[in-house]
Amino acid sequence: MQSIAVVGTSLAGLRAIETLRREGFDGRIVAIGGESHLPYDRPPLSKDLLAGISDAVDIVLRKQGVDDLDVEWILGTRATSLDLGARELTLAGDARVAFDGLVLATGSTPRRLPDQPALPGLFTLRTLDDALALRAQLEAGPKVVVIGAGFIGAEVAATCRGRGLDVTVLEALPQPMVRGLGPELGEVVGELHRDHGVELRTGVQVEGIEGTDRVERVRLGDGTAIDADVVLVGIGVVPETAWLESSGLTIDNGVVCDETCVAAPGVVAAGDLARWPNPLFDGQMMRLEHWTNATEQGVYAARRLLAGDDAADFPAFAPVPFVWSDQYDRKIQTVGVVSADSDLHVAHGSYAERQFVALFGRDGRIVGALGFNRARQVMQYRRLIAERAGWDDAMELARG
Amino acid sequence: MKIVVDFDKCKSNAVCMGIAPEIFEVRDDNFLYVLQEEPPESARGLVEEAVRDCPTQAISIVD
Repeated sequence: MQSIAVVGTSLAGLRAIETLRREGFDGRIVAIGGESHLPYDRPPLSKDLLAGISDAVDIVLRKQGVDDLDVEWILGTRATSLDLGARELTLAGDARVAFDGLVLATGSTPRRLPDQPALPGLFTLRTLDDALALRAQLEAGPKVVVIGAGFIGAEVAATCRGRGLDVTVLEALPQPMVRGLGPELGEVVGELHRDHGVELRTGVQVEGIEGTDRVERVRLGDGTAIDADVVLVGIGVVPETAWLESSGLTIDNGVVCDETCVAAPGVVAAGDLARWPNPLFDGQMMRLEHWTNATEQGVYAARRLLAGDDAADFPAFAPVPFVWSDQYDRKIQTVGVVSADSDLHVAHGSYAERQFVALFGRDGRIVGALGFNRARQVMQYRRLIAERAGWDDAMELARG
Repeated sequence: MKIVVDFDKCKSNAVCMGIAPEIFEVRDDNFLYVLQEEPPESARGLVEEAVRDCPTQAISIVD
């Protein structure tokens, strides 16, 4: 393998590049990124950066610089198509990049409302530029409406309350963060936000966003409207795979890979766009949109690529998913698979204290855990999940 | 090999403890304690993983 192209220059792409070099690959590496910035860290965009505690310079991912990686960076330019037969990428502007090996890491992009207008004051939050533009408008003390109470919406609401702003959160489902946490724990998060002064309205449908020269109000399904100076739409993300539609790769809610993150011979995928069967959870198809997976899968995919197509015995990618979210003074962490249809047991505290670990079991195994300000214990359960420990073992740790 | 933690950055996610519990410990006070500031060379792989996986990039190695 003489040359490797890495498409996507965020966390997964960077970790792949670092790994290629660390493992001794000394051929050509070309990195193609749609944003003009060198790799930076996204989690602070909804937290410290939005709060004004940190700035663009603080969230650069590789403080020591990137010169030692010896990469040809093509930034601010999207890849527009992939020709697997010719082993060639086409970029916006029609430039071509040939490769022997390919890492796909184009991540995901915010989902938009149907007929979402383009109005000043109306935001989605994914990139540094999004975050800086939103932050600039928060300076004036606007009334903020957040549409969607998932991770991004909940974190932006918490940060805006920290800035003393008037915040309304609109959620279509009965509780916030239901998709990630299930209804019972979603309610705990809901109470946290209400106690911090967020006007949380669940079970509401958004009909449209209105305004003349800038956003003015959000129209609801019942015909009423909520005035707003700034609106954030945080209704999830979709994998950035449109450019791969005609590539011949299998695209189905992400780039579908085998259990070693291989999408095609000499092609691997990592990060938000990669969907693969995780053998640790009986081959459940997973596509993870979180920081730790981008790091772990970026490292793994690079190693897998270097091992070559014939490495049939290469160990599968079998991580225990890990997500954290900081909201007010609470650290919410989940490990493994957290879903509403699992057995649920609460240990190490209680909902009322907002300090606890909720354990999730399935078929006699512990498969997930969720902690509120219980990082130490959450990581102990992460270990148990990785070891395929039984529910009884988890209960023993829960008893202390 | 010496481990340096920037405690202004550390947010006690305990990922490092998950990787190398004999070196990093987050206690019930929610603070991180480095149990071995100068771990043996044999632990380098694990420490490097902890450096890489730290969500706030708060850990570094000084040789």
